Amino acid sequence: MSRRALGATALVVALLLAVVASLALGARGIDVATVLAAALRPDDPGLDPVDLVVVRELRVPRTVVGLLAGAGLGIAGGLMQGTTRNPIADPGLLGVTAGASFAVVLGIAALGASSPAALAALALTGALGASALIAAIAARPRIADAPVLLVVAGSAVTAALTSANSLLLLSDPETLDRYRFWTVGALTARGLDEALALAPLLAAGLVMALVLARPLDAIALGDDVARGLGFRLGRTRALSLLGIVLLAGTATALAGPLVFVGLVGAHLARRLVGPRHGALLPLAGVAGAALVLVADVLGRLVAPPGEIEAGIVVAVLGAPVLIALVRSRTGAAL
Amino acid sequence: MRARDRRRGRLVDGGLLALIAALGMLALGLGAVALSPAEVVAALLGLDPAPGAPFIVQGVRLPRLVLALLVGAALGLAGALLQAVVRNPLASPDIVGIAQGASAAGVLVIVAGGSGAAVSGAAMGGALLAAALALSLGGRGAIGARFVVVGVAIAFLANGVLGYALTRAALVDAGSAYFWLVGSVGSPSWPDIALVGGVLAGCAGLLVAGRRLLEVQAFDDATARALGGHPVTVRVGAIVVTSALTAVAVGAAGPIAFVAFASGPIARGMRGRGPALGTAALVGAAAVLGADLIAQHLIPSTFQPPVGLITGALGALVLLALLVRGDRRPEARA
Repeated sequence: MSRRALGATALVVALLLAVVASLALGARGIDVATVLAAALRPDDPGLDPVDLVVVRELRVPRTVVGLLAGAGLGIAGGLMQGTTRNPIADPGLLGVTAGASFAVVLGIAALGASSPAALAALALTGALGASALIAAIAARPRIADAPVLLVVAGSAVTAALTSANSLLLLSDPETLDRYRFWTVGALTARGLDEALALAPLLAAGLVMALVLARPLDAIALGDDVARGLGFRLGRTRALSLLGIVLLAGTATALAGPLVFVGLVGAHLARRLVGPRHGALLPLAGVAGAALVLVADVLGRLVAPPGEIEAGIVVAVLGAPVLIALVRSRTGAAL
Repeated sequence: MRARDRRRGRLVDGGLLALIAALGMLALGLGAVALSPAEVVAALLGLDPAPGAPFIVQGVRLPRLVLALLVGAALGLAGALLQAVVRNPLASPDIVGIAQGASAAGVLVIVAGGSGAAVSGAAMGGALLAAALALSLGGRGAIGARFVVVGVAIAFLANGVLGYALTRAALVDAGSAYFWLVGSVGSPSWPDIALVGGVLAGCAGLLVAGRRLLEVQAFDDATARALGGHPVTVRVGAIVVTSALTAVAVGAAGPIAFVAFASGPIARGMRGRGPALGTAALVGAAAVLGADLIAQHLIPSTFQPPVGLITGALGALVLLALLVRGDRRPEARA
């Protein structure tokens, strides 16, 4: 087995373990055999009905939400780092997920939107707006000279959007009641139906990412080389912006504005399978999904019987990675 | 030239003071019991122009007004100072994690059962710890983008700790939880006011005494050294002063967003040049007071939002203006 195949296998195994842990662990610990039985053979008469309800009604939905959101953000992070050649790009750090979440809350508060389709449309619109804003900022000469500053600009955009969000939430108690956990990145705010309804959007994003893999490999060599190889940079950048919006927007509609998932997912995948985007992007999705599930499980275990939302745990896990990256050789070039 | 600059500076500062006086009159006069300016003045002098007026003005509205002014001045001064010594307009205590560190440490102590001086002390410790981390991990004598980005990561980390602490706290009342998340001047106490005022006065005195050292700081490090300055030492000292100002402001009113970030650039825009620390303090005071008036009287809702939400949402506009203008200048010069 080559080193890369080994790395890819390790990531997939880690994800499977994370899924099982997410189904089994929590305020009520359930052993793995029972979990599998409840998930696969719900009619088994030997099952404790409480276990059955906990696994099927509570843990399966949040696991699916975590899987989808984490995968979407991981792939989006890989796409973002690829098109910008900026190793610390992340849809959360650059304000894309905050834009999506602001648009969703605004839509709920102002228009009374509630169907999954409407929420997804709002999230995608918000993600598109924030992406366009951050792309415009990135094109400014001062930021283009020091790409690392883009993260600072993004965090300021995030702070502003988050304030606007809280303002809307607090002035409308009904919206607050339903969405205050979602806005800090809880996987429990969405049901299985909503998750499955939004899954096709993520699948479309994944397909776009795979189509973009070869042009992104060329872009990694520099704009001139990519142009020389016959790739059309403008089209590639526009398509990957669309892909990022699709993936990060949908993920946010599901799990709220998570930060660092794309950053950590893409770097983990790059470490294990190398820089070729054909392998990197899907595995960034696997790594992102595993990260979100691990964070969610940790959040359930750290403070029983209470829970800490996955978004908070991810931020605590991801911040040291960002610091390490900025201090590393990759960061020194920024 | 210098004389003209000084005249413009006096004009700007005078204008800001007049604005603050007008806003202050509004703050003391508006409310469930509306008072005319004449009645406000009479009530301040201890006369009784309307039933209950002395209590309403001196007991309820005056502490809130004074707290807003002092906290705003402390944040404005802290932000402008850090931006000046690090020579980066994005480096403000609310972006590089100093405010978040203060806020997280304060909540941790509250959760552990502390109150009063213990909370203020913890906020100070948290601010200094965040600053020390950003300094040591950011390296390069706190200059350059790396310091800022490491600070952004620390801000996320501290926010995670804050989120954790809030889930553990018995802060059933949403108001007090939001106090530590977004900042509010709605629950003023005279001991807090005295602490903020004392630290603000002490720091302002230090800065006036060290004026020469700070002026030299505007040049690059080599020039500053040639002029007899000690750029790194001054920077570290200034960061300690910034942390102290931020910590007392956060301890008394929570992390009011964007005031520290925006006051310096606004002050520089009005003065035309220089770090303009005093003007930045006046801008901060006017900003917090104005935003608090908006929060109290202009938001059409049964809920009265904390002032930090207003400054956070308005901060987006300043941020965008800053990003756009910050580029145009060097281009124009070239």
